[in-house]
Amino acid sequence: MAQLSYRDAVARGIAQEMRRDERVVVVGEDIAGAGGVFKTTVGLLDEFGPKRVIDTPISEQAILGAATGAAMTGLRPVAEIMFSDFFAVCWDIVVNQIAKTRYMTAGQVTMPLVIKTGNGGGLRFGAQHSQSIENWAMAIPGLKVVTPSTAEDVIGLMAAAIRDDDPVIFCEHKGLYAAKGEVPDGEIVDTLGTARIRRPGHDATILALGMMVPRALAAAEDLATRGIDAEVIDVRSLVPLDTRTILDSVARTGRLFTVEENPQLLGWGAEIASLVADEAFWDLDGPVQRITTPHIPLPSADSLEDLVMPSAESVARTVEKALQS
Amino acid sequence: MRLPLAEHRYGEHGVVLPPERSDSNDALGIDLDTRRQLYRSMREMRTFEKRAYDLFMKQLVKGTSHLSLGMEAIAAGFGAAMREDDYTFATYRGHAHTLARGVPMTPVLAELLGRANGLMGGKGGSMHLTSVEHGMMGSYAIIGAHLTIANGAAWSAQYRGSGQVAVCFFGDGTTNIGAFHEALNYAAVYRLPVVFVCENNLYMEYTSIRDITAVAHPAADRASAYGLESIVVDGNDADAVHLAALEALDRARSGLGPSLVEALTYRHGGHSRADPGKYRPTGEVDAWKAYDPLTIYRERLGRLGVSEAELDAMDATALALVDAATEGAIAGELPSPESAFTDVWADGGWSWRN
Repeated sequence: MAQLSYRDAVARGIAQEMRRDERVVVVGEDIAGAGGVFKTTVGLLDEFGPKRVIDTPISEQAILGAATGAAMTGLRPVAEIMFSDFFAVCWDIVVNQIAKTRYMTAGQVTMPLVIKTGNGGGLRFGAQHSQSIENWAMAIPGLKVVTPSTAEDVIGLMAAAIRDDDPVIFCEHKGLYAAKGEVPDGEIVDTLGTARIRRPGHDATILALGMMVPRALAAAEDLATRGIDAEVIDVRSLVPLDTRTILDSVARTGRLFTVEENPQLLGWGAEIASLVADEAFWDLDGPVQRITTPHIPLPSADSLEDLVMPSAESVARTVEKALQS
Repeated sequence: MRLPLAEHRYGEHGVVLPPERSDSNDALGIDLDTRRQLYRSMREMRTFEKRAYDLFMKQLVKGTSHLSLGMEAIAAGFGAAMREDDYTFATYRGHAHTLARGVPMTPVLAELLGRANGLMGGKGGSMHLTSVEHGMMGSYAIIGAHLTIANGAAWSAQYRGSGQVAVCFFGDGTTNIGAFHEALNYAAVYRLPVVFVCENNLYMEYTSIRDITAVAHPAADRASAYGLESIVVDGNDADAVHLAALEALDRARSGLGPSLVEALTYRHGGHSRADPGKYRPTGEVDAWKAYDPLTIYRERLGRLGVSEAELDAMDATALALVDAATEGAIAGELPSPESAFTDVWADGGWSWRN
């Protein structure tokens, strides 16, 4: 066991897979010589060389197109889109090409690639460098979408994503890069499509993703001091979605809250609320409540950004109020 | 400098005429067997495309289709120059490029008809023809995207040291989209074994390419920006295309990097099935139809000693192939309803949850 930062875990996860499979290559802007603008690929160039770790021009379509063509012909590329907001300039490659090619070719083409990206807010970067885009990606059939919240999960889910034969959008939360966690020694391989119960509880189920997980856990600790025992589930994987863990939890607690960083409309929690309404309605003791960023772009000023993103306090307040009403 | 659209009136623009017919290319160093193959290949494409059109008129081909009528020399000239394991990336105007890789006609036509025996079981259609086993890595229907993807296949070939080359065909309109420029720079920077082939048929969909492009040659005039040679070939002359293809493929295979070839051609019909092509001046259409790649090539083969009887026999063989494919396609079953739910994921299924 060792303490490892979330950002170092990214490089460790990729390196672990590059050592076992020479088809794994990494491309992106500033990812080789500079080790990534978020330092998530430090050491890869030194260990694996410029043939496998490649700095690119600022050409997001070219980067993802190259990863696509390489994946179609035998490599297993990991491509970086530096800020997830930049998906907007290469979304055609993701949506129309990567996601649909296997289907349109009736399975002739396999697309084993990972797009890793710095996602999420809280760093005072403003509206074009802070978005949470998981719900953009999960709307497209053919894409898998994961967001780890701990260093150990970063390694294990990165390994699972690289070994998976389908395209995976791997959202790294920028606000968690500096967070440290205990990580076991040796190879770590996780499973896509699995949620984790981070804190068991009886009174309410709180679903969270990415940086909202530590906030939900802090909220649960706060609620515990006031006699509310909340269960916190780290969703981790939106596609595939571990509905079993979620529905089982709702059956036990009777209340569901989602904590989402994305703007309100069509956030991932909306799909889960709909699912629970369809399949667990009679388990519910009250309405599902979604705690999201309001439907606004994220402001830059720290005071404003903190005001609009879900916080431990706002989560605790919402849950407490709902359970008391 | 001319401002192309300053006084634009739809359909009124300068006529671009084909080159004069001449026998000068008869002497190019291409053996007669290869030339027979080029003619056969073009005739198959021509006959196939005409049949696709007829079947559309009979409402058997649904959706849309973009025909290569008049543009066959490019697909044939490159097809005959490529190594069996080279990669083709085509656009939605990809029937001819698919046939050029040796994909049998029946599954191609059946795909246009949406049948279970179609190349992709009816899940792709006319605009997405793909046959990986033939190196036909797909037909792409979003302008520009597949240039970047061809780079990826070329990168993979370079990484694996396979000696394969990716050849990427696209229209003149593609030269004005960002992905074209990203892909060209990227290919040049990494010296990727890729050949970009601009099929300049003078019209970006319904608009003259000259009216909406700052340079006269939409591809070749941009080549220098990426350190590439400016190459323009007669895209209606299969021999000229074939030699340009051999040179570009050889260059790519020997590690010298990408090429950008602009092949001048003309489509005989409209952009897609919905377009009668009325925006094109009559004199221009007539001149290019007279400069038909099949007509000029048939004449060349005649001058080189191939008998009319042999040429007629090749035409008849092509027709028989298309007739058989038509029969096979029309006889094909409709896809099973279950097939709509396969091949989303590598496990064969479509489930997004447990």
